[in-house]
Amino acid sequence: MNWITNYVRPRINSIFSRREMPDNLWLKCDSCGTMLFHRELTENLHVCTHCGHHMAITPRERFHALFDGGTFAEIAVPEPLADPLAFRDQKRYPDRMRSAQRDTGEKDAMLVATGEIGRTPIVAAAQDFSFMGGSMGMYVGNAIIAAAEEAVKLRRPLILFAAAGGARMQEGILSLMQMPRSTVAVQMLKEAGLPYIVVLTNPTTGGVTASYAMLGDVQIAEPGALICFAGPRVIEQTIREKLPEGFQRAEYLLDHGMLDRVTPRGDMREELISIVRMLLGLPPAIRGDLPPPDASELTQADTAAPAETAPAPEKAAKDAPADPKKPKAK
Amino acid sequence: MTQYLDFEKPLAEIEGKAEELRALARNSAEMDVGDEAAALDTKAATLLDDLYKNLTPWRKCQVARHPERPHCRDYIDALFQEFTPLAGDRNFADDMAVMGGLARFNDQPVMVIGHEKGNDTKSRIERNFGMARPEGYRKAIRLMEMAGRFGLPVITIVDTPGAYPGKGAEERGQSEAIARSTETCLRIPVPLVSVVVGEGGSGGAVAFATANKVAMLEHSVYSVISPEGCASILWKDAEKMREAAEALRLTAQDLMKLGVIDRIVAEPRGGAHRDAPAAIASVGKALEAMLEPLMALDGPALVAERRKKYLTMGNQRLTA
Repeated sequence: MNWITNYVRPRINSIFSRREMPDNLWLKCDSCGTMLFHRELTENLHVCTHCGHHMAITPRERFHALFDGGTFAEIAVPEPLADPLAFRDQKRYPDRMRSAQRDTGEKDAMLVATGEIGRTPIVAAAQDFSFMGGSMGMYVGNAIIAAAEEAVKLRRPLILFAAAGGARMQEGILSLMQMPRSTVAVQMLKEAGLPYIVVLTNPTTGGVTASYAMLGDVQIAEPGALICFAGPRVIEQTIREKLPEGFQRAEYLLDHGMLDRVTPRGDMREELISIVRMLLGLPPAIRGDLPPPDASELTQADTAAPAETAPAPEKAAKDAPADPKKPKAK
Repeated sequence: MTQYLDFEKPLAEIEGKAEELRALARNSAEMDVGDEAAALDTKAATLLDDLYKNLTPWRKCQVARHPERPHCRDYIDALFQEFTPLAGDRNFADDMAVMGGLARFNDQPVMVIGHEKGNDTKSRIERNFGMARPEGYRKAIRLMEMAGRFGLPVITIVDTPGAYPGKGAEERGQSEAIARSTETCLRIPVPLVSVVVGEGGSGGAVAFATANKVAMLEHSVYSVISPEGCASILWKDAEKMREAAEALRLTAQDLMKLGVIDRIVAEPRGGAHRDAPAAIASVGKALEAMLEPLMALDGPALVAERRKKYLTMGNQRLTA
């Protein structure tokens, strides 16, 4: 009997349960619990279609939605020393790295790319919370420095999407040293007179918040994002009292003067285009879904001024300026 | 009366015995215990040497946190003249966890800034155990900027468990204040030297210790997270702090090998708390030695040197 219940029956069940739908087809909203169809959720940039809850989005998906036509060129990040401390907790750090790399298909917790948004050339960096909690180690530091150097070289603004639990403990003091290192990167941008826009996403905490993520010219957050230095649990343990509702959430920080704006993910692209173009003194952008920049079209636009037509007619007709030229700031 | 740490218990016994013998001898004149007491003293000294020769990382944390270890105030009182404390961030409050002001260091006017933990219950509470709030970092920013304007070198004395994790601190922008303080450290066109004299607790320490040259006392620690915090996250058990302290490589010796700090300041036998004046004097010499070559450089060169140092950091690996 035991043998049957413990062994045979589960095996039979497992054979039959394979007929169930693949588990990645439907996802449950972390906030309201609604079952969401995967494709619909992806199209909505991982924002719950029911309650508007913002779920995690990978840097690649974000860039795909951000850049014109979903086209961007990745910028190579100098590889740091692997496991400089020979760190070992319950697992070895290289093993943790390998499994994170396998799960995400990424090298580390930050992706850097160049491309255009609303025909405005930018450099963008996005932190990957799914890669070891987005934690900031040498690689992330190198990525931010590479992004800033590329932005300065190309004279482009840098837009950085932050998401991290904090510093990567497995790199010990060297992860802490990414605070001054990334700050130097921000200074390079400021000295070059280039805009540095930070978008804080859920969650951005610890040493990341206390360095590059709080030094933007403009600080925008996604709704509901947890943004803090010390996490709510640590604070509750220290002061031994319950924290108010919404404490350390984006809206709370906005109320306390720590952010410029809280902007839903769906509106982020248009808002970034608008802010960046104003800071650069460029005319208003052409609205709508732009195709990827294409060399022949760009040169054409450079020479023939009013000839360029906006590709998304319904929105463009309303918002497009009289002269939609100047696709490239040189 | 010295407070003994848990690993110093055998030492406490020997020193206690020696003390008892001496007390006996004082009461009865005919007893001659001089030799015996001296023998115990030698034994204690050897034991102390042995204990402190190879302190484990966790024991170093304990020494770094020793309540009788000299604190920022003691260093300022002994090493600086005409110290004139300057208070307040001009926005909200004066944070007593951070002390700073104008002073003379070997006649040279400087700005000195540091974390102060306090040395008794009252002052510890007043100083919030050296855990600064945003006001503290903003006061430091104000003082560093002033030093930059008037060409005064900045000396920072780091000794903090970390930035204060409190409700008000978060509401007033703890992370922004730390980020700006680090940024100010990197920007000011004057020499900036720093010494970690006890605990270098994470971001709260970086905000002051982003310097041209950084020294650490032999038994001080500097880490991204406390061993207890790290243990509770990675081991899911705060009691594994010994393992965490080991793994984090938070000792002055390891940080030197990693190229994160520039100098280790030797401590007197048995740690700085056993001979505070000697420890303070050694720190003074180290500050002098670090500051001197920087005085020859101009503002842009100092800023460039500081940035280059951090940009190139992290290429050294710990061997074994």
